[in-house]
Amino acid sequence: MSPFEVVRFAVRALTAHRLRSLLSLLGMTIGVGAVVVLTALGEGARRYVVDEFASIGTNLVIVVPGRTETVGSLPGVGGAPHDLTLEDARALRREVPELKRLAPIAMGQEDVSHRQRSRQVAVVGTTGPYLEMRRLEMARGRFLPESELERGSSVVVLGDAVARELFPFSDPLGEIVRVGEWRMKVIGVLAPRGVQLGVDLDEVAIVPVSTAMSLFNRSSLFRIVLEARRSEDLQRVEERAVEVLTSRHGEEDVTVLTQEAVLASFEEILTALTLAVGAIGAISLAVAGIGIMNVMLVSVAERTPEVGLLRALGAHRRQVLSVFVVEAGLLSLAGGICGLALGWVGTGILTEVFPAFPARPPVWAVAAALGTALVVGTVFGLLPARRASRLDPVAALSRT
Amino acid sequence: MPLPWCRLRVAVIRLDGISRTFVVGDQEVHALVEITEEIEVGGYVSLMGPSGSGKSTLLNILGCLDRPTRGSYRFDDQEVQDLPDERLTEIRRHGIGFVFQFFHLVPRLTAAGNVELPMVFAGVDRSERRRRVNEALASVDLTDRAHHRPDQLSGGQRQRVAIARATVMRPRVILADEPTGNLDTASGRQVIQVLERLNREGMTLIVVSHDPNVARRASRVLILVDGRVERRLSGEEIRPGIRPFEERGEEEDAQEPGASE
Repeated sequence: MSPFEVVRFAVRALTAHRLRSLLSLLGMTIGVGAVVVLTALGEGARRYVVDEFASIGTNLVIVVPGRTETVGSLPGVGGAPHDLTLEDARALRREVPELKRLAPIAMGQEDVSHRQRSRQVAVVGTTGPYLEMRRLEMARGRFLPESELERGSSVVVLGDAVARELFPFSDPLGEIVRVGEWRMKVIGVLAPRGVQLGVDLDEVAIVPVSTAMSLFNRSSLFRIVLEARRSEDLQRVEERAVEVLTSRHGEEDVTVLTQEAVLASFEEILTALTLAVGAIGAISLAVAGIGIMNVMLVSVAERTPEVGLLRALGAHRRQVLSVFVVEAGLLSLAGGICGLALGWVGTGILTEVFPAFPARPPVWAVAAALGTALVVGTVFGLLPARRASRLDPVAALSRT
Repeated sequence: MPLPWCRLRVAVIRLDGISRTFVVGDQEVHALVEITEEIEVGGYVSLMGPSGSGKSTLLNILGCLDRPTRGSYRFDDQEVQDLPDERLTEIRRHGIGFVFQFFHLVPRLTAAGNVELPMVFAGVDRSERRRRVNEALASVDLTDRAHHRPDQLSGGQRQRVAIARATVMRPRVILADEPTGNLDTASGRQVIQVLERLNREGMTLIVVSHDPNVARRASRVLILVDGRVERRLSGEEIRPGIRPFEERGEEEDAQEPGASE
C-alpha cells in the first residue's frame, strides 16, 4: 500500500465526517495561530529594541564611572571611584588613535523658560560630535560648536517639543531663554525624534558640556561616548580607553559598555521572552493534540466493524495503524495550515493597529508551530491507531 | 460414487481434529469439537446447523480470522494454525474471499472503491486495479453502478458488490456467511447464481446458510450441532419437508429461513 493510497484512504475517511473533522482541527488552528501571533509579538519587541539601538549610531563605546563588578577589597581601602572629568575626555581623545570622535555627556533636570512659559526638561551637556553620533537632525539653526570642551558659551539647542511649547507663535532662533539661573541664546532646534531608549529627545535642551557642568555645579561627567573609526577597532578602543583611564586614576574604576554588549543582552532577554510566549502557545497545541486523540478514539470505536473488514480483506495491522495515524496527522496538518493563516491574519491586524511595532513571526517559530502540530497530532493519534490495529478481526466484524 | 480421477483432486482445506474453546467468565465453551474434514479444490460445501452450533466459528477459522485451540488446519497444503498474524493476513489477502450477511461495504466508498480495496492493501498498481474492478463489476452485472455509493444501491446490488470485492484478488476459496440472509428471495436467488457461477469457474465455495434452497444446491452439506459435524449429506438429500436438524431454544424454523417470501 503506497503512502499515496494511505493518504487517499485517510482523506476519504475524514471528509466522510466533515463537521467532526473540522471541529477537531479547530483546536490545532487556534493553537498554531496563537503561537504565530505570540511569537510575532515577542519578535516585534525584539526588533523594536534592536532598531532603536541601531538608530543611536554604530561603533559606539560608552564609558561610565564606577565598576559594576564587585571588587574583593577591604572596606576603606579601595575608596570611592574617581569621577570622570573633562580631563579624562581630553586624554582619551589624545591617546586613543582608533577613535573617530568623542562626546562627553553631563545630564541634569532644569527648568527652561521664556517669558511666562516654563518647562522642566532634561538638560544634556555635550559637544558638537554628539549630533552625528546619536544620528540627530537639526530642524533649524545649527548645533553646538565643534568640540568645545573648556569654554562654555551660553548657547542652547532645543528639542522639538520644548521649542514648540516655549515659542508657540514665534521663531525661537536667536531668542534668549532661561535655563535654571542662566540666560542662553537659542542657536538651533532639533528635528522631531520621539522617545528613543527611554529618553524623549523632543523634550531636551542641549548645551555645551562645560556650561552644563557649571549649571549643575558639578565637576564630573555622566558618561563619555566614544566612536571607533571602524567596527574592527571597537575592541581596541575599549581596551585603550580602560588603559588610559586606569593609568590616570591609578586603578580600574570605570565600566566600559559597548553598544553590541548592551544590544546582545537585550536580544537575549527578548528572545527568551519570545520563547516563553511561544511555549505558552505550545501548551494550547498539546491541548489540541488531546482533542485530536479524542476524535480519533471516537472514530475507531465507530469504525470497529470497518477495521474488522479491512483485516478480513487482507490489511496488515501495520496498514490499519498507518491509516489511522495518517488520519490524525492530516487533521493536525490541516489544522496547522489553517492556524498559520489565522496567525497571518492576526499579525496583519496587529501591524495595522500598531504600525510602529514591527510584529512579524520569526521563521523558526512558524516552522516549529507547524512541526509541533504535526508531531503532537501524530503522537496523540498513535494511541487510537494502535487500538484499531490490535482489534481482534472476528470481534470487530461482529460489532455492527 | 467418486470416479478414480476425482480421488486425485487436491484438497484445498484439510481440518484435522479442530477444536475451538472459548473461555467465558470461568466457563469453558466448546464451540467446535474435533472437526475433521477435507474440502477439495472447486468444491461447493454448505454449512447448516442451529444457531450456536459453531458454523460461524468454523467459518472464522477457515477464513484465518481465528485460530483453533487444538488440531491442525492445512490451507493449500500449508499448516496455518500457528502462523504469525502477518502470514495469516497474507493468506486472507490472496487465498480467501469473504461475503458477509450484512455486506460490510465501506459506506463512504463507491462500489468501485469497495471492490478496489483488497487490491489497494495488496499494493496492486493503479491501472491493473482499474482493469480488475471493471472486470469484477461486469461479472456481477453492476458495471453501471460502479460510481454509486452503497446507500444508493439495493440490498442485492450491495451483496453483488461484496462478491465482486471477494473475488477481485482471485482467491482459491470464497467463504459466504448467510449471503442471502438479508435479501428478498429474488435478490437472494441472483446472489446464489453469481456464487455458483464462480464455483463452476473453479473457486471453492463454502456457504453458511439457513436456507434449504441454498443448501440443496451444494455438493456437500455439513450439519453442525453442538460444535460437531452431526451429519454429512449430499445436496439432493435436502428437500423441502425434511428437517436436517432441530432448532432448539429459538423459535426460528429452519424451513422458513430469514428471508420472507
